[in-house]
Formats: sequence, structure tokens, C-alpha cells
Amino acid sequence: MTDIATSESVTETGVSITLNGRVIEAQPGELVITAAENAGVYIPRFCHHPRMEPVGMCRMCIVEIDTGRGPALLPSCMIPVAEGMVVETESPITKKAQDGVLEFLLINHPLDCPVCDKGGECPLQDQTVAFGPGESRFIEEKRHYEKPIAISEVVQLDRERCILCDRCTRFSQTVAGDPLISFVNRGNATEVNTFPDHPFASYFSGNTVQICPVGALTATPYRFKARPWDLDQVESTCTSCSVGCRVAIESSSNQLVRYLGVDVDAVNWGWLCDKGRFDFEAVNSENRLVRPLVREGDELVDSTWSDALAKASHALAGAKERHGSASIAIVGGARLTNEEAYVWSKFARSVLGTDSIDAQIGDGLPSDIALGLPRATIDETCAAKTVVLLSPDLKEELPVLYLRLRDAVVNHGLKLVEISASETSMTPYAAVSLRYRPGEAALLAQQLFEGSGDVDVQADLGRARTLIEGGSTVCVLGRSSVAERADSVVQAALRLCSHVPAIRFLVALRRANVHGALDMGLTPGMLPGRVSLEDGREAFTDAWGELPEVVGLDTTGVLHAAAEGRIQALVLLGADPLADFPDRDLARRALVGAGFVVAIDCFETDSVRQADVVFPAATYGEKTGTTTNIEGRVSRLNQKVTSPGTSRPDWMIATELAERLGGDLGFETVEEIWDEIERLAPAHSGITRERLSSSEGLEGIVANGHSPNVVTTMEATATVTLPVDGYSLRLVSARKLYDNGTIVQQSPSLAPLAPGEIVRANPADLDRLGVTTNDRVRIASSRGAIIAPIEPDVGVARGTVMLAFNQPGSGAADLIDASLPVTEVRVETVGRGDQEVSG
Amino acid sequence: MTVTDAPKLITARFDQDDAYLLSGYEASGGYKALRKALGSSPDAVMAEVKAANIQGRGGAGFPAGTKWGFLPPDISPRYLVVNGDESEPGTYKDRLLLERDPHQLIEGVLIAAFAIAANQAFIYIRGEMPLAHERVANALNEAYAAGYIGRDIMGSGWSIDVVLHWGAGAYIVGEETALIESLEGNRGMPRLKPPFFPAVKGLYMQPTIVNNVETLSNVPWIVNNGGAAFAALGTEESSGTRIFALSGHVRRPGVYEVEMGKTTFRDLIEAPVYGGGIHHGRSLKAFIPGGASAPWFYEEHLDLPLSKPAVDKAGSMLGSGAVVVMDETTCPVRAALRVVRFFAHESCGKCTPCREGTNWLEKIMHRIEEGTGRLDDLDLLLDVSDNLSPGITWPPKQTTICPLGPSAVSPVASSIKRFRDDYLAHIDHGGCTYD
Repeated sequence: MTDIATSESVTETGVSITLNGRVIEAQPGELVITAAENAGVYIPRFCHHPRMEPVGMCRMCIVEIDTGRGPALLPSCMIPVAEGMVVETESPITKKAQDGVLEFLLINHPLDCPVCDKGGECPLQDQTVAFGPGESRFIEEKRHYEKPIAISEVVQLDRERCILCDRCTRFSQTVAGDPLISFVNRGNATEVNTFPDHPFASYFSGNTVQICPVGALTATPYRFKARPWDLDQVESTCTSCSVGCRVAIESSSNQLVRYLGVDVDAVNWGWLCDKGRFDFEAVNSENRLVRPLVREGDELVDSTWSDALAKASHALAGAKERHGSASIAIVGGARLTNEEAYVWSKFARSVLGTDSIDAQIGDGLPSDIALGLPRATIDETCAAKTVVLLSPDLKEELPVLYLRLRDAVVNHGLKLVEISASETSMTPYAAVSLRYRPGEAALLAQQLFEGSGDVDVQADLGRARTLIEGGSTVCVLGRSSVAERADSVVQAALRLCSHVPAIRFLVALRRANVHGALDMGLTPGMLPGRVSLEDGREAFTDAWGELPEVVGLDTTGVLHAAAEGRIQALVLLGADPLADFPDRDLARRALVGAGFVVAIDCFETDSVRQADVVFPAATYGEKTGTTTNIEGRVSRLNQKVTSPGTSRPDWMIATELAERLGGDLGFETVEEIWDEIERLAPAHSGITRERLSSSEGLEGIVANGHSPNVVTTMEATATVTLPVDGYSLRLVSARKLYDNGTIVQQSPSLAPLAPGEIVRANPADLDRLGVTTNDRVRIASSRGAIIAPIEPDVGVARGTVMLAFNQPGSGAADLIDASLPVTEVRVETVGRGDQEVSG
Repeated sequence: MTVTDAPKLITARFDQDDAYLLSGYEASGGYKALRKALGSSPDAVMAEVKAANIQGRGGAGFPAGTKWGFLPPDISPRYLVVNGDESEPGTYKDRLLLERDPHQLIEGVLIAAFAIAANQAFIYIRGEMPLAHERVANALNEAYAAGYIGRDIMGSGWSIDVVLHWGAGAYIVGEETALIESLEGNRGMPRLKPPFFPAVKGLYMQPTIVNNVETLSNVPWIVNNGGAAFAALGTEESSGTRIFALSGHVRRPGVYEVEMGKTTFRDLIEAPVYGGGIHHGRSLKAFIPGGASAPWFYEEHLDLPLSKPAVDKAGSMLGSGAVVVMDETTCPVRAALRVVRFFAHESCGKCTPCREGTNWLEKIMHRIEEGTGRLDDLDLLLDVSDNLSPGITWPPKQTTICPLGPSAVSPVASSIKRFRDDYLAHIDHGGCTYD
């Protein structure tokens, strides 16, 4: 991974070195510190981190190394092994030098371990206890700084404790690409700090807390919450988004208090985004639903499980009986574990008899595309020669995937071709950035391969084409805006397939376990294991009983049907269409029009408040099972705390309802569910519980037993140019990492980080429209109008206007009509930002 | 008294008022060497410099020709960097070369760049030398205008650009890898060698030669007169002449170009044309032979010749060519404290032993000088020194990244070794006994 490592001549055979008198084999290019560790000799270190370039600064790991010119004290984190090298990690000279460094590190360290979060798990403390002197020879006044200072909303810095190892600063600069913290001043006055007026506002700031070898950096959500020896830990998989980072989740007194990134090669390399790291606060929230609720008139009132289950099952049975199974629909399920999704899939089809079940909320991709494109893993994507980004802003939606791709670009020569409607966080790293007008990604893809289109972009198109056709290519595919229909990116993807037959895809659907939910059939027309209703009918009928005859409706279809009064029973399976569905007007009409609404959720969301019966669900950290990430990688989830009140895992709610409806899903434990998945789901065949529990399962197992091939069945259709309305701008609405979603809003540390409702447009367009900075503008579409502040942004393409989706106060969903290909909006000034707005 | 009749190679124009202007430089034979070099070949120039056996004048004294030979062949771009960040206390020879004869340096830079096949050179000048900066900038502009720098120089087909960079005031940037970091726009902090030997991985990770101002200022003379003529001056191990910056308690402090190996410290300090002896007729207590980093010398070292091997063998170094003389009235504790304070102040803070150790040494020394020292402070000073520079040997070993930390050990170890009684007196007396 390092320059040093690669500059060594790499041979097939190992390198022999003598370590403390013993000859050991090391890998060519391996650093001495790593080779020694692999041979069971731990060399103390503070600045060295296996996922970052070594800097050799703390000097703790200096050992005597003889490369033939006599022994010299050298930092073992900087020196690659060489044949015949002699290393002494325990010689008197080494020990004296290391003890000296430790003493140097301690002379200005405050030794406030009893009140330090790191105490008990602190490398400096451990090293001092093990090898340090009992007393200090330093009698002068130590360095003093104000302590601690908040360098961001979630990170506090205590400069007195800092040993200036450069881990946090190196991380922020070289790994996160957010150079917001730096060494300041010189020599003995050196400190880590932010630049004036620029807080450490990085989505990845929490990693610096985790890698700090002392208690200099602490996280606001964890400060003083627990001592390390009070913590109980299990490994699990983060489901804040679909990257599937491995985490250790820690609790104290049955409260989640901290998540730590776990280093797995295949996925997150130990890193987490701050949303994933700190959203345990939502699990602990006081606002969790703790008992069932039922509607009495205009109000939801506390109820009991038996009453609520009776009411819900009565409504479901009634709908089925009087209006047929097609009058029942289920929306949501991305929050569920694979096992839960499977149980709901089985419940819907075998008991309710409906195929109208969809884990996506109209903001993703058609499931045949999501499931049927040839797949690539994250590793394969990073190892490709070229990656086409036809995706949302990865830093906002899949942050750790952004880190992996950024690393591949910066350190390993990956070339990015970005195809987007506006600048993204990836734009600075792209070899070529191509812009399309919202709704016209397919047209751009056509021009890309046919060489048509404007003259001034031909050079870029040519370069992009050469890169895409030039070797192994992976496309990261997703919805970059919910203000346009998915058709256009789907068509663009199909064009890529037909022109670059070897291309593979990483499907960037963002929400938690959405990939697992789709795999388990929480999408119309698909059964568990990525098999279609038709293809799987025979096998699944044997196991499940009668299946629905016709393919059901997706979420958009369900909401339309509900709005028209054709849905008699609607189950919201952790779904909040009023917040998440792109077209709020339709969602609102659907919830009114649906005969009976059952909501299963952790919080009382806007949508939950419209329900007739509400069941409280257990959530992350409260249940076991498996989850599936963006690659189709199945990894384990573990329970750490008990769920509050009488809340239950979603699968149990399905079995309870099934029982009351006269069905028996046949499950008593989560393990039984997985066994059935492994037996029946073609894509998951062979992924046994034994394998998942083994060491192989630690980084998860990619489910690739079966995939439908969409490329052979779908073809790109002729692209259309949408008529341009010269008076309008096209709306681009994408998500930010911190939004108005329940999890962020229920995490007190994260909620304030949501940027809020700000409209951004190209300064040239603002000029043309006579709008100036700080103006408030009225934005009107055919659907509705909102008033919001506006800012100029050269990153926004001309002719478009950006408004983040689902921000606090955001009305993006009020502007979008889900039935239109794009959202055209008119923008006009209504007054200055600091004035009261009338009308 | 040995005052040799060797010619002044690089200070010859110091008395010429207009030498810093192109007209004055050309009038006294300037840029002839460049024309000669371009008329031969890079290999031929390299051979002359190797034959001259000129040792680097920055501090380490490494032969320049050999250094140039470390460049890996066929890797380009490659860079020549001039280290004009002269900041060692007592050292002010490069400043005068920059101020009084900037074209001589530029001509040397051009010839050296031609020899090593670099098409880009950088001159890094210490931030506290505004006149040097101004004169070099003006000289560069003149040289560009005259066609000595730029495209297709004098019809040779060889092109080069020279960039002038002004430092921001950090001693550490005199260390070549820190200078490179600073040139790149980063904090001036040294890189670890290995792997970052500039000749292999230097500026922008490309092969880079970093040479001192004085070293390169010699190159025009070497090309004009031949390497053999240069090597004929001085001794076999220390060829040519060298500028020494004499300061401290002498009658005539100043810069003196003397013939290496044939002149002694006594000559430099006492000869009427050089230092003219200790001032006020006092006697010598100690002198620093080669900049603040060097272990101290005393009366018994006065007759050592100014040659690298002789001084190395005696346990110190000629280093940056700064000879600092202390007379009998000098408090050795205070003198050592001053030097230690300098290094503590200038520690860049990158590695632990230097950042913490130099500062700790200063605190202890300060305590002793101010009268609150303890008896075991002497052992503590030596042990802290040992943790910076294991064994306190010469040449020093180091637990640090660069030699700055161990530099602070030299005055401490020297003064304790020689003047232990003075230390004890400070502790007994409760303060400085020289006040």
C-alpha cells in the first residue's frame, strides 16, 4: 500500500530476516513493524496505522536494524524488510531509545487518565503501565491549552493530551480528502487545530476519534458515557446505508454508547461515516414507539398487542375477502434484516396473496435493473481501470464507498468518468466529467457512443469513450435525482451494456438493507433469491403454497391505486412515504385514500400518524440476523441491547398476523428462517449459517448463486429529447448525508448537521432571472410552489436548480410529480432573505 | 602564521561595487564558464567537478561530484535546488555570496543543471535575507534578458528555468528534505532518509540535487580553470578554498576565504588579516569550529588545519563554516543554553525526541543558569541527550528524523564535559558565577 512497499523489487518468494536472533520469513515489501507483528513480536507504535502512509514521526517503533552497514536505530514503520536484515527489538539500545521516546511523550502529557474517555483502552497508558518509569523526571510546568475545544459539532480536541502523531491530520488529508485539521505552530508549540472559521466539518470526522492513540480527540455523543471496562461489545454490520461497513457495537447498561469501525479488507477498511457512527442515538431515543397504537377517531391511542393484532388482521382479512388480495399492498422493508424481509415476502404472497410489495419508495431503480445487471464487488470496482459514475453523489449517499473509490483514484490510478447533472464530491477526482440535462442521461449515453451532440463536448466525450472502452469498466449506477423518473438512467445503463459488453455494475441503492429486501422478494414480481415470480412459481408453491397469479404494483403504482381508492389495506413496513416518496402530493392522497393503514415503525413519523394501527418495531442493535450490502454481500447483524417496551422484530409481527389470518409461516427462530432462505433462494444457495458464523463470514459472503440477466431481456429504446421550456429551470433533487430522515433527526448529535432547505443555481441563471444572493425565491412547478433562500453555485449546471431532498423545511417533494419525466420549475424573487415574506 | 597565497576563488568580486549587476559581472569575466560548459558536454563538466573533489559547503561536506553521480539515469524531470536557507547561528557566508555576487551563483547553477541534465532549478533563499532576495531576483531577470537563462541558451539547444523562492523563517528548512517540503508548499518538516534521499525521491518525488550556495558558486571557477587546478589548492582530502564566517570575541569578525587544509584555526582567529586575535587581549575559553551544531573546541585544537578529516577526527566538524570564538569571560553554561534555546526554538515539532527533548534540555539548562539547578541535573541533561543522540558519540547517532535534535546535544555534552565545575558552581552558588 505504500510507496516504499511498491518501490521494493517484488519477488515471488519471501524475504528472510533475523528478528531477535530468530530467522523469520516476511513478505517482500512488508514493513519491519508488520513483519515482526506477524511473527509474534509487537513493536510499540503510536503514529503508524496500517491503512495510512507511514510517517515515522512518533519514533516509538525505532528498533535496531542492520542492513549490512552496522546496526542503526530506525523506525520500523518506515523500513521495508530486506533479505538478510537483522532486527533487534529488545536490545538494550532499542529499549533505551524506546523508553526515552515514551518519557518524551509523557513529559507534557497531562496524565488525566482518570477523567479521560480513553483511559482503559489507551495505547499511551498501556505502554506506560507496561514499560514506563514509575516517576517523572520532568519537574517543570507542562504545556497548557484550553481543554477541550470543539473542532466540530461532534468532535472535541484536547491539545494537552495530544501526542502529535499525525494520525487524525493524515486521515483527514489523505483518506477523507477533507484537509480541515492541520498542525499549527512549530516545535514545542505545535498543536493540531482547525483553520480559523472552518470547523472540522467532515462526514468522516469520527474516524479520527477512533484512531487517536490517546484521548486527545473525543466524540461528543460518547464523552463521559462509559468507561471502556464497562463496555460490552459485539461485531455487527452497519445499516445506515447499504455499504455494509463492519462495526463493533458497544453498550453499557443496556444502552448503545459507541460504534467502532472494524477493519475488513473487502468493505470499509475500518472506516465509518459519522452518520453510521453516531446514529445509535436514535436507537436510544426517548421517542421510540414502545407499545402498539390504534386509531380512535382523530387520535392514535395506546393499545395492547392482542388488540392491535386483532384490529390489523381483521382489516387485512376483510380487505382480502371483500376486495381480493390485489387490494392489499405493502410498502417498505429496507430497514428489515434479510430474514425479516423473507418472512414478510412469504407472508405477503402465501397468506395475504398479494404481490404488491415494494421495499423501495419510488426513489430507487426498477428491481429488474437492480437485480439483473452483471455485478461487481467494491474491490472489483476499485480495481477496475475505469469506473463510470452514473450515480448519486457517493459522499452524500454511500460515504465509505466514496472513501474506497477516492483511494483507488488517488493512490492506484483508477480513472473516473462522471456522468451527472451537476458537480458532485467526486468531480475533483474524475478524469472526465460529463453533464446531462436532467432527464436526459440516456441522450448523453447515446452521444457518448455515437459521437453526436454539441461540438464543444466532443473532446470530453471522446476521452470518456476511450476510457470506458479501454479495459475493465464498472459502472456505479443509481438515481442522482428524484426529481426525474428513473427511466433515463436505466436507458443510459442499458446503452453502456450494449456498447461495452464486459461492463459490470455496482448498483447504488442507498437505503439500509434495500439490497437484501430486493433479494428476498420485497419487490413486485420477484421471489427470494432473485428469481422471478414466474420462474420460481413451481419451487416456491411447493414450499409456500399458492402464490399470486399476477405481478403486483410497485410503490408508485400502489400509491396511485390507493389514491384512487383501490387499496383497502396498506401496510407501511418502516416506510414514511410522506417524507421519502418523491411526490408528496401523491403520497398524501394515497394515505387518505387507502382503506386501512397498518404501520410498523420505530418512531411516530408523519406517515405513521396517518395509520389506523401502529406496531412498535425493534431496530438495529436489538435483533439478530443478516443484512445484504450494495455488492450482495451477506453479513451478520448482532443484538446488543433489548428493544424498548413491547416492541418486537418485524418478522414476529408477520408471523403473529399470519397466525390470526389462518396461516402458519413456520418459523420460531431467526436461524430457521435463514435455513429456509438457503434452501429455497437460488442466489443464496450454499451460504449456510455455518459459513456465515465462520471466519469467512466475518467480512460477509457475496450472494452470487444466481442472477437474472436483464441485459439479454431488455434493450435500450430510442432516446427522446425532452422539450426545453426556456422560462423554466429543471429541478435536481438529491439527498444529503444529513437530512430530515427519522434516524438523523432522532440523533441529537446529527440533527443539527442537516444543512436545511437551500436552493442553489448557477450564477449565470440567477443573473438572467434577476435574482441576487440572499434573495428568497418562489419556486413553482406544475405540482406546487415553495419559498426558499437561494445561493449561487457554479457547480450547478446552467438550466438547472438544485434543492436537496427531504431537508428540514424542504419542499422538494411538494414540487415533484412522479408521473412526469422531469420537474420543470419557475424561479422568481419574492424578497430579501432578511425580510418578512408575504404571499 | 600561515596566510597562503591561494587566489580568492569566490570572494574575488566582494570588493567590486557593481559585481551584483550583470554588467559588472560580465566585465570581470562572468558567464565565460557557462559558455565554455555549454560548448563541451554534461559528462565533461561532471568530470571536471569530480576532479575538483569539492566538498559540499553546506555542512555535511559531501563531495558534490559524487552527489551528482547518485542521480538515477534516464529519470526526468529532475531538479536542481539551491539551498540558500543559511540560518545556523554565526553563519553568514552565503548571504554575502548572494548579495555581492549573485550572478556567480546563477552561473554555477546553470552549469550544474547542465551537467546533471536538469531543466528546472530552484533557488531557495532564507526569508530574513531581503537584500539577497532582491539582488538574486534582479540578477535572474538580467540573466533571463541576456539569454543566459531560458530557452535555447546561447544557441546550445539547452533550456532551463530558474525559480526564486523566498523562505518563511524556519531554520529547519536548511535541512534539504525540509527545504523540499517547503518548496512544495508544505510545512517545513524533514522527510525520513531512507527512503527520501533527494537524489532518488526529492522535489515532487523526482530525482533532485540540493547544493549549497557556496558549493555552486565555486563551479564557474572550476569550469574556467579546470578541476585539477581546484584540487591543487588545499590538501588532498580538503581541496580548494572555503569561506569561514568568524564571529564572537575576536578583533576582526568577518568572512574570510582561506585555503583549506593549509590554514589552521589559530591562523583564522589570530592572523592580522583574519580575526586578529581575541579581543581586549583576553585568552580563549572555547570556540565552535563549524556552526552551532558542532561540538566545541578549545586551546589544544587551535593548530588543527581547516580540513574536514582533521576536524572530524578531533571530534567535531567544519560544518557550515561558522567559527564562533568565546573568550575567558564567557559563561559556558549560558553559552550552551543560548545554543540549546536556538535549537529548541527551531525544532519543527515533527518527531517526538526533538520536539520534547530539545525543549526539556533548554528548561533544565535555564534552571541551572538561573540558580535553581539540582546536582542530578547534570546526569539528567546527559541522559536526555543520550535519548536524543544515543551514546552521545561523534558523528552523532539519532533517535530523531533529522540531525536538528542531536545538534542541541553538542553544546550540552561539550560544556558539561569540559566545564563541569562551572555547572557545579552554578548549582552551589544558586546562579551564574560570571555575572
